[in-house]
Amino acid sequence: MSMIAMPAPDQAIIARRGSIVRDLERLIGAKAVIGDEDGRRAFETDGLTAYRCKPLAVVLPGTTDEVSRVLAYCHQHKIKVVARGAGTSLCGGALPAEDALVIGVSKMNKVLNIDYANRTARVEAGITNLGISAAVAPKGFFYAPDPSSQLACSLGGNIAMNSGGAHCLKYGVTTNNVLGLKMVLIDGRVVDIGGAHLDQPGFDLLGLIIGSEGQFGIVTEATVRILRSAEGARPMLLGFGSSEAAGRAVSAIIAAGIIPVAIEFMDKPAIHVCEAFAKAGYPLDVEALLIIEVEGSEDEISALLGHIVTLVQPFAPSVIRISESPEQTAAIWKGRKSAFGAIGRISEYYCMDGTIPLGRMPEVLTKISQICSSYGLRVANIFHAGDGNLHPLILYEANDPDQVEKAELCGAEILKLCVAVGGCLTGEHGVGVEKRDLMRVQFSQDELVMQMRIKTIFDPHWLLNPAKVFPLDGREAAAAA
Amino acid sequence: MQSYLKPATEWELQRTLLDASASNTPVEIVGNGTKRGIGREMQTAAQITTASLTGVRLYEPTELVMSARAGTPLARVESDLASRGQMLAFEPIDIAPLVGGERGAASIGSVFATNLSGSRRISAGAARDHILGIKAISGGGQSFHSGGRVMKNVTGYDLSRALCGSWGTLAVLTEVTFKVLPMAQETATLLLFNIDDAIAVEALAQAMGSPYEVSGAVHIQAPLAARLWHQGLAGERQSITALRIENFSTSIAYRTERLKAVLKAYGEVHVLDHDMSISFWDEMRQLSVLQGSSAPLWRISTAPHAGPKVVAGITRFMDCNAFYDWSGGLIWAEVLPTADAGAADIRRVIASVGGHATLIRGQPAVRSAVEVFQPLEPALAEISRNLKSVFDPAGILNPGRMYAAF
Ligand SMILES: Cc1cc2nc3c(=O)[nH]c(=O)nc-3n(C[C@H](O)[C@H](O)[C@H](O)COP(=O)(O)OP(=O)(O)OC[C@H]3O[C@@H](n4cnc5c(N)ncnc54)[C@H](O)[C@@H]3O)c2cc1C
Repeated sequence: MSMIAMPAPDQAIIARRGSIVRDLERLIGAKAVIGDEDGRRAFETDGLTAYRCKPLAVVLPGTTDEVSRVLAYCHQHKIKVVARGAGTSLCGGALPAEDALVIGVSKMNKVLNIDYANRTARVEAGITNLGISAAVAPKGFFYAPDPSSQLACSLGGNIAMNSGGAHCLKYGVTTNNVLGLKMVLIDGRVVDIGGAHLDQPGFDLLGLIIGSEGQFGIVTEATVRILRSAEGARPMLLGFGSSEAAGRAVSAIIAAGIIPVAIEFMDKPAIHVCEAFAKAGYPLDVEALLIIEVEGSEDEISALLGHIVTLVQPFAPSVIRISESPEQTAAIWKGRKSAFGAIGRISEYYCMDGTIPLGRMPEVLTKISQICSSYGLRVANIFHAGDGNLHPLILYEANDPDQVEKAELCGAEILKLCVAVGGCLTGEHGVGVEKRDLMRVQFSQDELVMQMRIKTIFDPHWLLNPAKVFPLDGREAAAAA
Repeated sequence: MQSYLKPATEWELQRTLLDASASNTPVEIVGNGTKRGIGREMQTAAQITTASLTGVRLYEPTELVMSARAGTPLARVESDLASRGQMLAFEPIDIAPLVGGERGAASIGSVFATNLSGSRRISAGAARDHILGIKAISGGGQSFHSGGRVMKNVTGYDLSRALCGSWGTLAVLTEVTFKVLPMAQETATLLLFNIDDAIAVEALAQAMGSPYEVSGAVHIQAPLAARLWHQGLAGERQSITALRIENFSTSIAYRTERLKAVLKAYGEVHVLDHDMSISFWDEMRQLSVLQGSSAPLWRISTAPHAGPKVVAGITRFMDCNAFYDWSGGLIWAEVLPTADAGAADIRRVIASVGGHATLIRGQPAVRSAVEVFQPLEPALAEISRNLKSVFDPAGILNPGRMYAAF
């Protein structure tokens, strides 16, 4: 896919690569700077692999102070910067530019302090999402947001994208679980926002920064909430004859006052691919599958699952299977969490991330299948049903340029459909480059200018991840006053 | 006092703000004005209320979402929700009676504009955690929206959250869309009496660190506990430490027993049944223990475990009665009236422990003399001032209410 235009790089900066690399080596040491072609190639893309571009250079600082020195240098020399965590962004958020320095925080991955009495952990931004939970698991705690990429993705990337996960229905997304940040501003100043306390003085800058896609500064540390794990958790599989029946079952459960930790929906194509991969025991003869997980003591879990079984009876589930062992539970989740990997084994796929109101799901799924077949493409749908976050996975042939282009057009049509039914362009993956040119579907030019002016507050010269989020045209109005 | 402008449509409000902005006319923005007594004293030529922008626009119980125009009474929102067994999980406190405002009269817009959250904040999050989308008119007269009606939305910057807690200084909310949750079937409360602050907060932390989903964790010092109305607790002359659990009835007995075991090292545990619990936590929402006094009142936010340290620090300088919420992380501190209501000393204590303090109740003269809201670090003050000028270039919305400079 290469339909999305990138701004013309600044040749004068590229011409100075040699001296810039030498300067950076002086600033933070040669070991932390990558200037050679092969080294730079390792950073040329992220999870949106159809877009690639080798960066000007890469630095991998080890401290906030090093990040600060590098940013102050970039600010002084007007060099663009792309922050990078693990590079798993699915919207091209971490896609480099030829004239931009990539600042990777992956070496900054330490746990700085765990405070069980306050139920917080202070960590460096390069730590993996799962790394936080792993650090506190021995005491029975966990960090709640759980993107499927949690083994790899960094907290810094999660903060930039306000990432979510399957268990966010009960526990919220990143912005609900981060209490404080240390961020380096483009001119090298370091600011601390929030802390271990539960709200902040003044405007909610924390809320503003989380989800700002690396465009406001580079986050180097964060204080996150850690929660005590439930006594136990168990999922159940419910198979239905139609997506409509599954959707109604979800409504009935919520209407009865039950908020499971997760309600995941898969359509038939998704079930088949995931089952082939994970051998999770998913039923293959149903049109729609729900994975519903509840938490509590053994007795509480049994009571809740029993209650749910009663509630869904009117929608005639053809399969009701409660996990009977930790192994089964692991397999059920492995199937869901490896859905992307599983589908990746049969075909290249393009993962969309719209949101829709639950009530519109059956209609939206029908329309998505019509849109995809009109392009001659297949689609599998995965849906965080409890919170309306839909992931259609469009399957295409990567080495067929025609299919590549079709997949991208098809994806754009699906996202417009999501907005039209009352949803939005992106629920958890972010705008990046992928949805940049669709922003006008959801916002007026005046609204975009307002948001761009906020970027200008943090980044007057638009050096931080500038090619992302906002359409390239119509940016002049946001220039610093 | 000038009369209120009461726009009945978003369009009319926008016209009014465009005019005010063009003529540099400062305006005070209120919902129903219940919290006018909070903040720095302001001089404005005009006042605008959202009181006529009312009505629930959307309520989908099975999608856990409601949209209401900003002036819709909170009471109306909550009664609509209750009719379907749902609630605002962040349990907004009614702060009005503390500052001479009318009880139970807040508008839903004001709840988000001031990010008012009650005891359940400790488990369910604050008002700002429940906002899903907003429509608003900026101080520059621009109509804009952010977020939407779905639970997850990362399209563009999160302006919805940025407006929460901005006290009407950036934009006037015209519609708010928020997440709602089912009410629990049953509630129980575990009480400990007569333990000192540090031990009490340790007990609260133990409970919060248990898997039993404690959804309220408060400690009321004896002089304030004596103000409770609660029929079972009125007239208590000792401190009260209370923990709430909420769940399906089938779970309550089990969780109560388990939590009692967690707490037994801290003294005899008393249990309030469902009805008594509901009235107790309702009282917490109404901040009953802070009513009936005109003494200066501070709201202090700190790391939960540091709460007692903050109060002990303040007590070295002045008499202080404290009510701890949020497992110790939110302190309501009543102090004796002085020229600065203790601001300098309180902020010195906080500077060494971490957190921030807002003067909630204070004589107008005091509120003109001291920083009512916690002064910001220079770099954050600069960002905040710039944010104000993006939304409100002429500086007309509630000028000076939060900070003198913007
Ligand atoms: C298989 C797979 C499954 C996924 N599942 C989910 C899911 O369930 N839920 C979900 O929300 N996402 C999911 N994602 C998307 C992705 O993992 C998230 O967006 C993640 O937060 C990105 O983290 P990262 O460290 O890889 O960031 P990167 O990809 O390196 O960067 C992402 C963005 O963050 C910025 N950034 C990174 N670090 C910093 C920093 N320190 N300071 C400032 N800006 C920074 C970058 O500039 C970029 O804009 C998935 C991705 C894959 C490949």
